[in-house]
Amino acid sequence: MLWKTTLGMMAVTGMLALAGQASAEDKIKIGVSYPTPTHAWAAGMNWHAEQAEKRLEKLYPDVDLILVNSPDPGAQASALEDLVSVHQIDALVVLPFESEPLTDPVLNVKKSGAWITVVDRGLSQPGIEDLYVAGNNPELGRVSAQYMKGRLKDGDNIVVLRGIPTVIDNERFDAFMEEIEGSGINVLDHKHANWNRDDGFEVMQDFLSRFPDIDAVWAQDDDIAVGVVAALKQAGRDGDGMFVVGGAGMKEIIKGIMDGDELIPVDVLYPPAMIATAMDATVNAFKSNGPVAGRYILGATLITRENAESYYFPDSPF
Amino acid sequence: MTMMTASDDKAAKTAKRFSVDFKTLGPALALLLLCIIGFLLNPAFVSEGNLTNLLTRSAFIGIIAVGATFVITAGGIDLSVGSMAAAIAGVMIIVMNNAVETLGTGVPTVLFGCGIAILLGIGAGWINGALTTRGKIEAFIVTLGTMGIYRSLVTYFADGGTLSLNFDIRGTYRPVYYDGFLGLPFPVWVFIGVAICGWLLLNRTAFGRYCTAIGSNEAVAKYSAINVDRVKTLTYIIQGLCVSFATIIYVPRLGSASASTGVLWELEAIAAVIIGGTVLKGGYGRIGGTILGALILTTIGNILNFTDMISNYLNGTMQGLIIIVAVLLQRSDWKFGRNSKS
Repeated sequence: MLWKTTLGMMAVTGMLALAGQASAEDKIKIGVSYPTPTHAWAAGMNWHAEQAEKRLEKLYPDVDLILVNSPDPGAQASALEDLVSVHQIDALVVLPFESEPLTDPVLNVKKSGAWITVVDRGLSQPGIEDLYVAGNNPELGRVSAQYMKGRLKDGDNIVVLRGIPTVIDNERFDAFMEEIEGSGINVLDHKHANWNRDDGFEVMQDFLSRFPDIDAVWAQDDDIAVGVVAALKQAGRDGDGMFVVGGAGMKEIIKGIMDGDELIPVDVLYPPAMIATAMDATVNAFKSNGPVAGRYILGATLITRENAESYYFPDSPF
Repeated sequence: MTMMTASDDKAAKTAKRFSVDFKTLGPALALLLLCIIGFLLNPAFVSEGNLTNLLTRSAFIGIIAVGATFVITAGGIDLSVGSMAAAIAGVMIIVMNNAVETLGTGVPTVLFGCGIAILLGIGAGWINGALTTRGKIEAFIVTLGTMGIYRSLVTYFADGGTLSLNFDIRGTYRPVYYDGFLGLPFPVWVFIGVAICGWLLLNRTAFGRYCTAIGSNEAVAKYSAINVDRVKTLTYIIQGLCVSFATIIYVPRLGSASASTGVLWELEAIAAVIIGGTVLKGGYGRIGGTILGALILTTIGNILNFTDMISNYLNGTMQGLIIIVAVLLQRSDWKFGRNSKS
């Protein structure tokens, strides 16, 4: 009798499991893989990915988004394998830790027949991804330089604080210098402040000791800008029309712009929310009647007091 | 007659210093040389503003390095200090933000935060010490472990982002970094205070002699009835306390802590200690040298920001070269023809 019940229960469970599998197979499964957030920008990306997951799954009940973050390139490669073997994904949205070591793992996902969307950092081999979504680093430098040119005149002096020596930093810096050239604005010097507040503070302190006349600062990044502003205030050189241009779109900075801060009057967007853009576009590849494949390069929008509100996410960690 | 003896004494002292202590002078000479280079590159280097910035900036590494001098003299090592500073800063900010409702945004909240920081520093130091002595694990491994733990804790507390101090408390707390007394900012006074206490403790107390004894030969120290485990644990507690002090003056600077706070501070502190003449394998420690070492390290970075002659990408090379030259100056036998005695 006991034995019979057990058997019956087993049968029921088996049927339920089968039913579950069937409905799971009907679902469009999309894996989303990115590095574990260890700095504010990445934490913002994580938040926006979670927001997009909730929103898209509510909008399309037959879409299942699986978010996975990994602490290093090796772990991300394993995570990609799991997404294929365990979850049998139909599409992958991936922000690669590094280009080189993840090119082959993504290629393997591609071979399983999945749609591939690559975000922000390109793979080292072209033609793998169906869709590429990224911010525009040279444009960030160019837009910042154009703003500087609009506010400064011939003979004015600026200093530049750069990020961590990488391709991203070079692209931004080279485009900025190209745009500023011939405008008569002097770039007194440029130093690496490693996209971090403490270094921004110390490098700016030294610039202030070294150059008695600075009219504006290009900090390239919002974290550096926070340090720069502290140094300017300490030296009492935050008046006289001095201004700082950062970049990325940190919520505190955007809030300041909305409130009419004169020291940081604008910001240039390099949004962590681009992961959400990529997730939207990937879902559209299954849902829309319009074609999606291609390259989606976001603009480096200049955020001013007029448009700041639409880039303000008070709940995001960034 | 009395005068003669005195001058004789003095002469003898000078001679002794000349023959033995080029080693002591090494770091001081290196620092002097750096300052001259800085001045030649840009006279603004010796402006009051820049010198104040330099001293204030070196206070963080300097204070931590005073603690590290004890740990290293007693034959240990602490790799966790940078992460510990970040974690303490993070907890301190959270605690103060949460205390606003009960304690308000005034001095009590700040004092409460500082008290918590000191308790955490002592606790974290004790953990490192107890695991090395009672747990019988090598200090390198213990502190490598706690380094990872503290670093990931601050990332976790900050949700991967940045922890920011409540704006009103920042107003109350800000003067601790930016204001001063007699023309010197408060962080520099803290640095001076910690340095003097450290010097007295290492050179004028039994505890200091125990540290040196344990560092040069632990077994002999044990047979000489020194409570080795207790003394060693205490060195880590002193280190933790120093980290708390450094954090207390660090937080009001930018009012924030993140995963990038205090990165590589442990290596800078160890470098400052070694540049100053303390022996990495223990048994000989010099607080004065440590202070000079910390100043040298900060000055290098400052000078590199004062010139565009050297490519930005070579900053690390310059720092490495200067550190090696500074240690070379005090280690090698630069006796100018004299026989080496020591």
